[in-house]
Amino acid sequence: MKQKKRIHWTRILLAAVIVFFYIPIVYTVVFSFNSTRSLTTFAGFSLRWYEKMFSSSMTMNAIWTTFAIAILATVLSTAIGTVTVIGLSKCSKPLRRSVSMINDLPIMNPDIVTAIGLLMFFATMEISKGFLTMLVAHVAFCIPYVMLSITPRLRTLDPNLADAALDLGANPWQALWHAIIPQLSPGIFAGALIAFTMSFDDFVISYFVTGNGVQNISILVYTMAKRVNPSINAISTLVIVIITAVLLLVNLIPLVRDRAMRRKKEEAV
Amino acid sequence: MAYPYVVWIAILIIIPMLLIIAYAFTVEGTAFFQGQFTLDNFGRFFSDAVFLQVLLRSLRIAVVTTIVCLLLGYPAAYAISRSGASSTMLILIITLPTWINMLVRTYAWVGILQDNGLLNALLGLLHLGPFQFMYTDFAVVLGMVYNFLPFMILEIHTSLSKMDPSYLEAASDLGANNTKAFLKVTLPLSIPGMISGITLVFLPAVSSFFIPKLLGGGQYVLIGNVIESQFLTSGNWSFGSALSLTMVIIIMVSMYLTRRLDRNREDEI
Repeated sequence: MKQKKRIHWTRILLAAVIVFFYIPIVYTVVFSFNSTRSLTTFAGFSLRWYEKMFSSSMTMNAIWTTFAIAILATVLSTAIGTVTVIGLSKCSKPLRRSVSMINDLPIMNPDIVTAIGLLMFFATMEISKGFLTMLVAHVAFCIPYVMLSITPRLRTLDPNLADAALDLGANPWQALWHAIIPQLSPGIFAGALIAFTMSFDDFVISYFVTGNGVQNISILVYTMAKRVNPSINAISTLVIVIITAVLLLVNLIPLVRDRAMRRKKEEAV
Repeated sequence: MAYPYVVWIAILIIIPMLLIIAYAFTVEGTAFFQGQFTLDNFGRFFSDAVFLQVLLRSLRIAVVTTIVCLLLGYPAAYAISRSGASSTMLILIITLPTWINMLVRTYAWVGILQDNGLLNALLGLLHLGPFQFMYTDFAVVLGMVYNFLPFMILEIHTSLSKMDPSYLEAASDLGANNTKAFLKVTLPLSIPGMISGITLVFLPAVSSFFIPKLLGGGQYVLIGNVIESQFLTSGNWSFGSALSLTMVIIIMVSMYLTRRLDRNREDEI
């Protein structure tokens, strides 16, 4: 009897926590369709904030910048991270340990500390802040996460795999591309997903290393939020839809692939 | 293949960190390589009552946030770990919002917490209020709990789900009632999860600057806001670096103490 009561209590709290997590998201989506400026009373359905969003060149530029940086940062950080993890596995243990310790610094440090470090570095080097500095900063903060998600896969890899490929007449690049990378692909894929969402959502580091009017969506929302501005809800809804779509897609692709494989197997039987 | 990345981290992780240290200990307005060594930047911080108050408020808000996250996160994680087959689904539901831009999700609370907003409307149904939520400590703590609670739940859930259920059976065979079994078996075994949860909540809470800005208003200043203004408005990098370094040291010391606490307890057993 007593046990039953306690389970009820924690379950109700869990349900409340879930509601708490989703209320602001639902609220944003609902109010993005509001016909008035109010953030508190819903006056009627309208698409005016979306029209405003798509007609504002500042907003469209921010959306474009966010996508360009997220895609480039994902590709670059995944490529560099993968090559480095494979390369490190052939290096001495002290080097491996020091690289992973240094990689932990930006993960453990508050974002604002990483951000001001990069800001001072770019300024000291007299590199003018803008798209390029934002991209370099994003690649830099994504790589440690990419490496973190690939390294455990590499440990389970058969160390003779590369040698086997080489014995069978592959050149080193073919061995890397056809034998090792496919084995690592779940880790690489997970790393790329983390890199994309981290870059797409980043505010703190982008805010400090950008300049020349280059803004991503987060910076735009932050500067717009100083006044009541319902177009933020439309932009937010766009972000929510895009990230949810990416996550659904990522979770659906393996499901569809599994089903296709199973069907193939059944046909073969 | 790993050497290019070694050069990369030297440039984009090590040098920025060294720049922060160099600027923190040199006279303001001089480039660090020609600068004179000084402790004035730290002296200014610790002798000025205003800055000390900001530091104390930041620590207070971060500690309160961490405690609230622990009190809400533990029962929620416990309920998830007891929910059998649906626990994977529940974890997915908890994780999903964390993938969406923090700034976007924080801004959503601006509408909910207004004097005539959703929260006051709900309280009005209970004949309570209206209260002023925006621009108070409550709004800032709520924003932080909202953003960081998922981390606490996930960490505690991980340590709870690793627990061998036969321990609980053994405890009840030995005559412990549910409360006693929880206090003597489950709770001690989940301490590592609580500690990594505390780390993941305290660290971003103490350094956050956009949550206090959005929900606390322009007058609400935490240490992150002071660092932001030193770098982006007043351009005093030396003082800003000294503040950041102080913050990092406080974080490191509190992490160390939290871990020590756990180790001492293990020694007792």
